Amino acid sequence: MAELYGKIVLPGEEVEKNEFSYKFNDRFISKKVSLISKNEEKTKAISLSSTYYPEVGDNVIGIVREVEAAGWLVDINSINYAFLPIAEVVREFIDIYRTDLSKTININEVIYAKVINVINYKIIQISIKNGNFKKLNGGGVISVNPAKVARIIGKNMSMMKLISEKTNCEIIAGKNGYIWIKSKKAENMIKAINAIKFIEKNSHFKGLTEMVIKYLEEK
Amino acid sequence: MIDERIVLQLLKEGKRLDNRSFLEYRKIEIEKDIIPKAEGSASVKLGNTLVIAGVKVELAQPFPDTPNEGILVVNAEFPPIAHPTFEPGPPNEYAIELARLVDRIIRESKMIELDKLFIEDGKVYGIFVDIHIISNDGNLLDASTLASIAALHSTKIPKYENNSLIRNEFIGNLPVRYKPTYVTIGKINDSYILDLTYDEEQVINDLIAFGIRDDEKIVAVQKLRGKFKFNEIEKLLDLAIDKSKEIRKYL
Repeated sequence: MAELYGKIVLPGEEVEKNEFSYKFNDRFISKKVSLISKNEEKTKAISLSSTYYPEVGDNVIGIVREVEAAGWLVDINSINYAFLPIAEVVREFIDIYRTDLSKTININEVIYAKVINVINYKIIQISIKNGNFKKLNGGGVISVNPAKVARIIGKNMSMMKLISEKTNCEIIAGKNGYIWIKSKKAENMIKAINAIKFIEKNSHFKGLTEMVIKYLEEK
Repeated sequence: MIDERIVLQLLKEGKRLDNRSFLEYRKIEIEKDIIPKAEGSASVKLGNTLVIAGVKVELAQPFPDTPNEGILVVNAEFPPIAHPTFEPGPPNEYAIELARLVDRIIRESKMIELDKLFIEDGKVYGIFVDIHIISNDGNLLDASTLASIAALHSTKIPKYENNSLIRNEFIGNLPVRYKPTYVTIGKINDSYILDLTYDEEQVINDLIAFGIRDDEKIVAVQKLRGKFKFNEIEKLLDLAIDKSKEIRKYL
């Protein structure tokens, strides 16, 4: 068994004060399943399971759920749907009374977008106008625990590049826990999905990259 | 969650996410007598699906049309802990369907000799089978049936004395004889697929289940969704009989 980064605590366990604890009878109790590592100065807690709360600037993968009069409602794995206005999709003028918006982006299609505005986690606006953000054709989405996405992407996207090179798949991971995968061969797809699930399961161990390389070569 | 598009692409190329072939079951693990307070119990693990069945033996009144036979009641619970789509509250249509299908295979296979459960006029033993889904990853019907049949085979009958049952004294095992099993078969692009996971169940339109007894008798059939042609059914029956023999070994 590989070495852990710290100690795993469950909800209800007594812990030192951290961001996932609450005070009860002068003791601190953990609220979440988290990994607690001690430094000389302070204790650090990493949540091992969480819900996605959007922040401005996040890159997310979304699935279009509804076509509205002036935009689209997009499922971004959060508590509310995000809104994608027409102005954040196309640059030229569109007469919304005469055009069928579902011809631009239809229900169930996948987009790679940036969060541009969040008010109270209720009004979430996303954009696909600039940069690499676009509608993704083909492939499909798998969802993972949003707390583990950082490990799946890796430092400077190293882990994602590793999986994508070894399996010949196109992979884009959104910060919201949705990961888009596309490959012509089913075998490669299975390899990539199982590797992502492997990372999700073993993300709290040291030496994850070597473990993933070993796993991909075994398969 | 895995997107329908991915599952469909894999199935079209004849592949599954866990690298099984289409006609292969996941690993089956059965554990008997896991609940000390129940007269009989068993848990079945089928991949990530986990089902626990418990059997309670109570004093009961017989039904008016069968005054000399014991009664059998099957109930299924889908607690919210088992899957994100399960809601608290009264059982939904799938829970009722599951309970009725398990009831049907137990009753119609005549595996319990209900006439031996007669005590005296107006008093019989009642067999209550409770199915609890602990974790749902598809193929609940096969797993629940295996759990119920295993639980019934480990059931003991408590002693009856002075109008009540003595819980810690037993007069013997429940009179059971057969080991019927369901085999659920899905159809996709004219090929047949067994032991579907939850993600696969979401994309398959045609699903049928055959209940088969030890002596290759078909005791229950349920078309769960979709449509099948008549000559297909005959082919599927042979497949189901073959597979039921394989599953029965675990009981």
